[in-house]
Amino acid sequence: MKPEPIWFRPPPPPSRPPAAPARPAAPPVEVSIDGQRATVPGGATILDACRARGVDVPTLCFLPTLTPVNVCRVCVVEVIGSRALVPACSRRVEPGMAIQTESERVRVSRRMVLELLASSVDLSTAPGLHDMMARYGARPERYGRPAAPAAAGERDRREPGHHEAPVGERAETVAQPVKIDNDLYMRDYSKCVLCYKCVEACGVDAQNTFAIAVAGRGFDARISTEADVPLPDSACVYCGNCIGVCPTGALMFKREHDMRAAGTWDESKQRTTDTICPYCGVGCTLSLHVQDNRIVKVTSPADVSITSGHLCIKGRFGFTFVEPPGKDSD
Amino acid sequence: MLPALHAVQARTGWVSQGALNYISRRLTVPPAELWGVVTFYHLLSTTPRPPIVAHVCDDIACRLRGGEELCESLERLMGAPGAHGDNGRATSWMRSPCLGQCERAPAALLTVAGERPRTITLAPVENGVASIVDLLRDPPDTSDTRLGAHAPDDRRRLVSRSVPQVGQAGLRLLGRIGRVDPTSLEAYRASDGYRALARAVEIGPAAVIAEVVASKLLGRGGAAFPTGRKWDAVAKAEARPHYLVCNADESEPGTFKDRLLMEEDPFALVEGMTVAGYATGCERGYLYLRGEYPLAAERMAGAIAAARAAGLLGADVMGGGFTFDIEIRRGAGAYICGEETALFNSIEGKRGEPRNKPPFPVEVGLFGRPTVVNNVETLVNVPALLREGGAAYGGVGTEGSTGPKLFCVSGEVARPGLYEAPFGITLRQLLDLAGAAPVRAVLLGGAAGVFVGPADLDVPLTFEGTRAIGATLGSGVIMVFGESVDMLDIVRRIAEFFRDESCGQCVPCRVGTVRQEELLARLRARRPLGSDAEEMALLKDLGQVMRDASICGLGQTASSAVESAIFRLSIAGRRA
Repeated sequence: MKPEPIWFRPPPPPSRPPAAPARPAAPPVEVSIDGQRATVPGGATILDACRARGVDVPTLCFLPTLTPVNVCRVCVVEVIGSRALVPACSRRVEPGMAIQTESERVRVSRRMVLELLASSVDLSTAPGLHDMMARYGARPERYGRPAAPAAAGERDRREPGHHEAPVGERAETVAQPVKIDNDLYMRDYSKCVLCYKCVEACGVDAQNTFAIAVAGRGFDARISTEADVPLPDSACVYCGNCIGVCPTGALMFKREHDMRAAGTWDESKQRTTDTICPYCGVGCTLSLHVQDNRIVKVTSPADVSITSGHLCIKGRFGFTFVEPPGKDSD
Repeated sequence: MLPALHAVQARTGWVSQGALNYISRRLTVPPAELWGVVTFYHLLSTTPRPPIVAHVCDDIACRLRGGEELCESLERLMGAPGAHGDNGRATSWMRSPCLGQCERAPAALLTVAGERPRTITLAPVENGVASIVDLLRDPPDTSDTRLGAHAPDDRRRLVSRSVPQVGQAGLRLLGRIGRVDPTSLEAYRASDGYRALARAVEIGPAAVIAEVVASKLLGRGGAAFPTGRKWDAVAKAEARPHYLVCNADESEPGTFKDRLLMEEDPFALVEGMTVAGYATGCERGYLYLRGEYPLAAERMAGAIAAARAAGLLGADVMGGGFTFDIEIRRGAGAYICGEETALFNSIEGKRGEPRNKPPFPVEVGLFGRPTVVNNVETLVNVPALLREGGAAYGGVGTEGSTGPKLFCVSGEVARPGLYEAPFGITLRQLLDLAGAAPVRAVLLGGAAGVFVGPADLDVPLTFEGTRAIGATLGSGVIMVFGESVDMLDIVRRIAEFFRDESCGQCVPCRVGTVRQEELLARLRARRPLGSDAEEMALLKDLGQVMRDASICGLGQTASSAVESAIFRLSIAGRRA
């Protein structure tokens, strides 16, 4: 006898896109932070745990919207029993972890990291770092006067595994001429701390354009397009998301750079107005930075879920149409 | 990606923009990322180079044997190092970090690009600069200039210069060297070869791991992690596939043990890797081989092909019902790629930047999968310990450091070379074997190691013994410095090495190694910034931040040898 066929009714089509299944929540973890017992959600990073409890851990290469790369080592904390210090931004809490966020070892490392950065990089447009240096007593002048800047393109041609023997009396720096090869933004790698944020924003964390990467090795490592070609010849789409994440002003709107050069940049006279980008239906939040009734810069708040701080070329740079014609040629 | 870049470099002597564009399209890698990778390795050049380039070692071991004088004469003869571009000459020369030929220093490596690309080792450079110039003019066909003759007696004589113990009874790791033809699988099988794998298949993976655990074998790459625990963790990991990686990127200045093992007993490594793959459930093993080791690459490729043809690699190995095969990946000149996670990134076609740990490789390793990473010497121990039995093997040496150990003795000794001894031999006994005159300092563990002085010669060479005097065994480097050496110059060269080899990822190491080299230049010129005391405080601060806050072992040990020389041996106060 033939078996009865089994018929079944398919489920009704969903009225909205199905949500991902809820991730099983890791059980909370008991740790101690600076001697205080704390219960922390499992899977949280040390930085999450500290910030949730109001413990201040400084960061430089960390941004909540990017994957932690833990390269700046400013956020290191001491975990009792661990041979080296650990980066708070990426290390996840484990049961029983005893964390010291301001021990002597931590303070020495943070002071030295800041000294090493300040002695090799121009931090003049990174105000947050100056506060940090004061907090940890960094003295970058003890490495000697800075060496002469490199000629244009010289650092980009350096070969891995070879360098000129230092004299020692001058401290080597990353100083070099500013790169201006387009009308929208400029790159001043004298100010680059190599935090990898721009590479991440250009890559899988935001834009997926992959126009820039870290090239070279060691102290000669640098952010570069392929073969250091000018941006217009590269894959760059001018979304400006690298500018949005740069912590030191190495990447800057051309307009801001020109105003700073002319001495007219004045943040005390600037107001920020939030609005919605008029170009397409996504509805990105724009923060217009206005000085003397003129838009000088456009950003987007990092905590807006639509943008996470990221924009496209139109939202970021396409604002000159609101300005009276002929007033400014950029 | 590295094989593609190697192919271009070998054919044309450099990697042109057109070649990069082609690779980028074929491998669907963004051009900027490819640029980041190609500019990471010092054996790859992005500017035109003559097809024949001599890489002359001026690192510390060669420096003790005239390497620097060689470079200076070459400079007088051929102009500044790295002179490249189309200047009408078909040859060029460059300075190089340690080439791993320290027992036959001074050394040079010739890269010949073209239709028949080859890499030629010249060690020792016997007739000074003339022999390099001759080679540049007329490069030979073999990768090793010593190997004109292959007669067994010649082999033994040649090898015994590198391995003075050749033919001695009771050697567990060096027993076949100089005695058994390294190119013949039959010869290997006739000398106990593949008995260990047969036994492994008989007792099963779990019992193999139990034997390794019982032997208390510690990793020989420098970190001394228990091999059994590593294998056990990967064998039990649920994620699949599992990978095996053999770290043969031996680049620690003063280390040459892995090179000699691969050159002279390649089948032992193939067997060791196969046993490891079987025990930990890996179907694929990668052998990440240093780019500067042409003969080792040739011998290993030959051994892998022979084993595959004999059914000892591939599907159903030895009829044991498991699959295992080995792929060789050649490095392209980067010390940092010897760090296990940097090595993974290098195999994956990324820049050789170390990853933050945890997660450890046994959980998230190569291609994000559970991975066993072992050093060459560690894996060569495996067949020996399986033949003898784990517990018996664990009885050799001392309680905390079991088994035999290879020591790379170089510098100012009468008989430099690779020595095998059970753990526990004292430094003095080893130096007597090698014939050392009165010493000023001994570098233990390489550039990432520690200098010890004449007062420390009775230290037992074990992991715990060296730790007790604040030193390290590292990879087994014993480099001897006599009374007349300019120690500040040696220390400066070590600082230069770390400045060149830092990957540049984290601030403490990227900038710290630069500042350390600058400081030593000032000390050497006796022009301190401020007072000597301030300079010493600065050196200590630099050491502390690199040790405490760097991502990987390179940064964490970049100040170790320097600080030990300055503070332990007080070389800054006592000038040569």
